[in-house]
Amino acid sequence: MTQNIMKFRYTDGKPNLRRFHQARWDEPVIFELSQPGQRGVLLPEAESAIRDNVGDILSTIPETIRRKQLPALPEISQPQVLRHYLRLSQETLGADLNVDIGQGTCTMKYNPKVNEQLARLPGIAEIHPLQDEDTVQGILEIMYQFEQMLKEISGMARFSFQSQAGSQAIYTCTAIMRAYHQANSEADQRDEVITTIFSHPSNAACAKVAGYKIITLYPDEDGYPDLNALKEAVSERTAGLMITNPEDTGIFNPKITEFVKVVHHVGGLCFYDQANANGVLGITRARDAGFDMCHFNLHKTFATPHGCGGPGGGAAGVSEELAKFLPVPVVEWDGNKYYLDTNRPDSIGKIHSFYGVAPVILKAYAWVMSLGADGLREVAEVAVLNNNYLLKKMLEIPGVSAPYAVGKPRKEQVRYSWQALYEETGVSSEDIGLRAADFGLHYWTSHHPFVVPEPNTLEPTESYTKAEIDEYVAVIRQIADEARTDPELVKTAPHNSTVHRIVDHDPLDKPEQWAVTWRAYQRKLDQNKA
Amino acid sequence: MKTNREKHGKKQPVVYPYIPNSEPSIKQQMLDEIGVASVEALYEDIPEALRMKRKMDLPEPFLSEYDLIRHVEEILSHNATCKDHLNFRGAGCYQHFVPAVCDEINGRSEFLTAYAGEPYDDHGRFQALFEYSSMMGELLEMDVVNVPTYDGFQAAATSIRMACRLTGRNEALVCGAINPDKLSMITNYCLPDISINQIDIDRMTGNVDFSALERAISNKTAVVYFENPSYLGMIPISGAEIAEIAHKHGAECVVGVDPISLGVIAPPTVYGADIVCGDIQSLGMHMQFGGGQAGFIATRDEEKYVMEYPSRLFGITPTSVPGEYGFGDVAYERTSFAIREQGKEWVGTASALWGITAGVYLALMGPQGMAEVGEVIMQKSHYATKQLAAIKGVQSPMFDGPYFREFVVNFDGTGKPVAEINSALLAQGIFGGMDLSLKYPELGNCALFCVTELHRQADIDRMVTAVREVVQ
Repeated sequence: MTQNIMKFRYTDGKPNLRRFHQARWDEPVIFELSQPGQRGVLLPEAESAIRDNVGDILSTIPETIRRKQLPALPEISQPQVLRHYLRLSQETLGADLNVDIGQGTCTMKYNPKVNEQLARLPGIAEIHPLQDEDTVQGILEIMYQFEQMLKEISGMARFSFQSQAGSQAIYTCTAIMRAYHQANSEADQRDEVITTIFSHPSNAACAKVAGYKIITLYPDEDGYPDLNALKEAVSERTAGLMITNPEDTGIFNPKITEFVKVVHHVGGLCFYDQANANGVLGITRARDAGFDMCHFNLHKTFATPHGCGGPGGGAAGVSEELAKFLPVPVVEWDGNKYYLDTNRPDSIGKIHSFYGVAPVILKAYAWVMSLGADGLREVAEVAVLNNNYLLKKMLEIPGVSAPYAVGKPRKEQVRYSWQALYEETGVSSEDIGLRAADFGLHYWTSHHPFVVPEPNTLEPTESYTKAEIDEYVAVIRQIADEARTDPELVKTAPHNSTVHRIVDHDPLDKPEQWAVTWRAYQRKLDQNKA
Repeated sequence: MKTNREKHGKKQPVVYPYIPNSEPSIKQQMLDEIGVASVEALYEDIPEALRMKRKMDLPEPFLSEYDLIRHVEEILSHNATCKDHLNFRGAGCYQHFVPAVCDEINGRSEFLTAYAGEPYDDHGRFQALFEYSSMMGELLEMDVVNVPTYDGFQAAATSIRMACRLTGRNEALVCGAINPDKLSMITNYCLPDISINQIDIDRMTGNVDFSALERAISNKTAVVYFENPSYLGMIPISGAEIAEIAHKHGAECVVGVDPISLGVIAPPTVYGADIVCGDIQSLGMHMQFGGGQAGFIATRDEEKYVMEYPSRLFGITPTSVPGEYGFGDVAYERTSFAIREQGKEWVGTASALWGITAGVYLALMGPQGMAEVGEVIMQKSHYATKQLAAIKGVQSPMFDGPYFREFVVNFDGTGKPVAEINSALLAQGIFGGMDLSLKYPELGNCALFCVTELHRQADIDRMVTAVREVVQ
């Protein structure tokens, strides 16, 4: 028994490593907390005069469409609801709590608390999107001014903030691409979109939804997008190119202008996925490389929180020529007041129910206003400095490599490979990631398919200290050591996280076993008993 | 003269509070470690022609946090809010009560700043979203509910695309009163392969025009979509018949709902819906100028439906330790994360935090709370309708059928345009009903009023009195 416990006391004698253990509340599923009759919150009732006036109101709903049985929701008192969710929150490793450089491509930077405070003011939280324009001049000003900032940061002519996240902004740009070719009577002919494997999968997936066939280019031997492959791929059928730069490898494509020219030459449009913009703010701009469109993720580059997966913000930017296709409405200034321009006949229409995630736009605006031009450039420079420092330190660990572009500096992130360690020990990159959870750290592999073998993508942003980066590296080094000395420890991780490894994936992949809701789970448990 | 910061600071350059390594000596240490002379060297591979040669032209920043607060507060003071005004606008974004615990939970650092961790380090995120789906499942009486998509618009558009993939057909019928903006979004999202046809409303009831539906439907129809309540607040009395017609022609029946109505209105699966979708903003999200929207999609637990979701679906599963709940992605291989353009539409960041919040809301409300809020909304909205009807020349409600929360009021008989009435109301601190004359000119001079559980009798009476004063 003692020996068994010692086995997991990996931090003993290693003072540099944190003796982390995540909260483990063994918290029941909320339905299990239910006690008949309990109430969590009481809402206002109708005054007696109203009740008398309207009578048995439910009888106005036709019998066939009236709810007969109350929904089987849990019945829980307020302190118990709060406690349950606080425990779940403690079992979630938010970026505020950890050295969150392990979720590469996600740009897990600091989300300033002051911006959260501002976004919760009644002046934003309690305004209705259909109020008269005169009564919402404040938020329209924020949206208008933030658009001016993004125009300067990207060189584009106009922006729309309707998208709730990056992928939706990418989709918006593919819809604009389609509208552009439609306007030129070339929509039928131009049915192909070209992207690269190291661009986010949404570039391919969104273009597919917009009706395009997808051509995916793989990198050349040095890891750069392959210019010759692009030249072979383009034709009169090319609608456009959708590409990230720097790509998810962190490698900046120095021939990017030539890529744009090749596509323009055949009449296609070029979209710059700027999910990886954090390292190039104030350094280089999408429009200056000739791109027709670009997008930013406000929840990445512009420091708004990720919220467990949204709401974020997607800013879609376009050239002057494409501005007329932007989603409706756009915010304008007539010299006297701000207004929403809905009279845009060439617009692709609506993307969002209203105007996008206004509080996120506000937070992004406040972030830029807290830094200014010098500050934004400092963001980029320090993000790149941190990343190249991390790269140097990571490469000192035996078993890891940074494939491609050897000797070149990377921008905001690096896609590493643990192939050598895997071949030596049988411990995979995924295993390393699960072991990292034991130290209170995130760790991400890569989008699929894995082009880099045993991939690992790290992005230190500008938000972490040198000491924190060193701590991250020390943990990874420790795990690499463990892979050699005690591979089972790594392969069975996590041990100090909230829960243990899921070994049987059938309950997530087999239709007769999967359960997306508690009711489905109960039903299937019963079926399996029977 | 130097500023205090310059006098007391060790070094001249600004050390930014959000950028710890902007401190010059640390920066130098790191450069030395990398072995380069300056940060500039790390950009050497960006061609000179692409380099920005000047400083970006951005406003001067507010380096002090206090100055930033003053600046933003000053701008926001130009907004009039629904706290200091009496609001009767809905039309897709609703002023409902937000329990304090909802704000407490979605403001927690852990949930607010988590993102895409594994089911181990982010166990709580997975469980909270599984519970959200589970509680929505009870409200909807359906076994599969997704992790929220962007908003109700997106949920409707994706539901229609799912139905088209399921049936292998490419014609959609959108029935009854639907927000024209939503129809625009759906139409665009379904380009280029799916045609969207709208079936009008019955002028008497405001409901789906049944005979028009029967004329339009065919064996090419993939999906019949309608809403309950509709954009104009109407409860479709013929929901079961619409579903039956759809099924007779081999089409899927998709119904859009606002879940806050489901304590009193039957879940659509009862009257034949195959896919249910909608927006969860009513369940604990502040209006936020439309920033609180989030969409849901629900189906039966059949493989053919599950495999058509683009969204993430979180399932419950055992771990290596007996008795421990684990959670993970169900049928991940259908997503664009797994197989790029071969996946179903796409998946990415959407509205998870609002899903967690809606879960908190449903847990607080419980079965009784949902029934009560539905009933009180109906009581108050019907009271408002009746009071308005007492004003000469005002037709309230305009349509005969049952309605929930929102109702159309026609002012033709008053001779006053809605815009004029609303501007008089605004002068008294009231946001009147949404002017429908632009979106629905054929209805005449109409407004869509929204009354929720937050309106007191005195609030409604004040609005009615103000309307009476304007029109008489």
